[in-house]
Amino acid sequence: MNLSYLFDAAHWSLTDDGSIPQLILSHVWYVVLALIIGTIIALPVGLYIGHTGRGSFLAINAGNAGRSLPTLGLLMLMVTLLGLGLTPVLIALTVLVIPPILTSAYAGMRTLDHRVVDAARGMGMRPSQVLFKVELPMALPVMMSGFRSAALQVVATATVAAAVGLNGLGRLLIDGLAVNDYSRVLAGAIVVAVLAVVLDLILALAQRWIVSPGLR
Amino acid sequence: MLRTRIAGVLAAGVTLALTLSACGANDDPLSNEPAGGSSASTSTVTIGSANFAESELLGEIYAQALEAKGVTVKRQFNIGARELYLKALQDGSIDLLPEYNGALLSALAKGGAPEGVSSPDQVLTELKKVLPAGTEVLEQSAAEDKDTLTVTSATAAKYSLKTIEDLKPVANQLTIGAGPEWQERYQGLKGLESLYGIKFKTFKPLDAGGPLTVNALTKGQIDVGNIFSTDSSIATNKFVVLEDPKNLYLAENIIPLIRTAANNPTVSGALNAVSAKLTTENLTTYLAKVQVDKQDTAAVAKAFLTENGLV
Repeated sequence: MNLSYLFDAAHWSLTDDGSIPQLILSHVWYVVLALIIGTIIALPVGLYIGHTGRGSFLAINAGNAGRSLPTLGLLMLMVTLLGLGLTPVLIALTVLVIPPILTSAYAGMRTLDHRVVDAARGMGMRPSQVLFKVELPMALPVMMSGFRSAALQVVATATVAAAVGLNGLGRLLIDGLAVNDYSRVLAGAIVVAVLAVVLDLILALAQRWIVSPGLR
Repeated sequence: MLRTRIAGVLAAGVTLALTLSACGANDDPLSNEPAGGSSASTSTVTIGSANFAESELLGEIYAQALEAKGVTVKRQFNIGARELYLKALQDGSIDLLPEYNGALLSALAKGGAPEGVSSPDQVLTELKKVLPAGTEVLEQSAAEDKDTLTVTSATAAKYSLKTIEDLKPVANQLTIGAGPEWQERYQGLKGLESLYGIKFKTFKPLDAGGPLTVNALTKGQIDVGNIFSTDSSIATNKFVVLEDPKNLYLAENIIPLIRTAANNPTVSGALNAVSAKLTTENLTTYLAKVQVDKQDTAAVAKAFLTENGLV
């Protein structure tokens, strides 16, 4: 096992199909789509439950059940039902990102200092103002940590897309195993790990930028 | 707060680097036995198989046939493609494999199988010349399972396809699906291009003649699929198997490949008796019990051995 595949310039061409940059691009594409869809589904639900306190039992348990679903098994099931393509992969990855986003949105809202919320109400803020001007900004650090853990999980897990004929960095792992090229498998593992670290750093910077200075 | 996070990320990176360098120390992830451990006990035969149902069924048939003769057997099935399991055989992680004579010859002979070699006996003669040191083959069976290029009857009618040659003018519009190893194998895309001059529009890396490929073919997501000739899904779905006039795919008789160190008269006797009873027809029938009726591989193997008086 060595690093020859990773450091071969031929594998870094920007235009060749299956080159590392192209695989990174498709990998990031799956990750971003899954995070967007997952956030659209999980964030409003988490905020609603956290704000009202209603349905928390259901949300937490559904979230935990979602966490325990094996992504590869779910993916194979979806492929059997829907056929090949991006949809089954996105469904499997979205199910993976929903629990951390949902539970952290809920937890962020529930762990607020209630005196601050009461003070906001006492100042005459409407419920929507309380939500968007007080609760949401204060819950952001916890919510962002959930989003970041969702992002890290999905970067690593998006490699399963290659098991059903799609691209992404899993191609290096699966093709490398199929033709006994461990140098390629190692290259895939390293690029996925580096991608995860880079993504987490970007999100850390984004968090610093969007979280109010008073809460840091 | 941000600073501690970055420190955490860096720490994770360092841990990863350490883990990876630890991986490098042992070059072969398949050999989890301590050095010399497997050859010391000659009474245990470790049987491997490729990652598709038929290979696993054959491995199980070998295993039960040996167990019936009092040989201790360890099962190490579903290893992967030939590129992977041959290495496992050579380093002693496994002792015995069900193989296909033609595919094995093409994999071992430099530059692929020699021209003019296609009948089972010719293939066997050539194969014996190129076997890796320390390995041997036992008697080959009459049962054959070839790689095929298979299309749906609708595709065959649309482009009037009967042989692989008919694909040449239309291949640039078609998508082919096969195991990922096809990209780099002579009896895959390379041979199709050099022997038939066929280049497909896209290659979809799926599984080796497994459910993904069959599913993609029936749903029209691939036009041409690599399916094995004993696969009952061909008849079930009324697929058309394209003829191979230039013999890209050679004879593919099933043959036990064994490490010489693990071979003895009891082992070879039991396996040769299995080979004598295996035919393409009975293999197709028993494989359908696994693939279509979803029966347990071990139970199907037992039924085969019982019916043929081998246990």
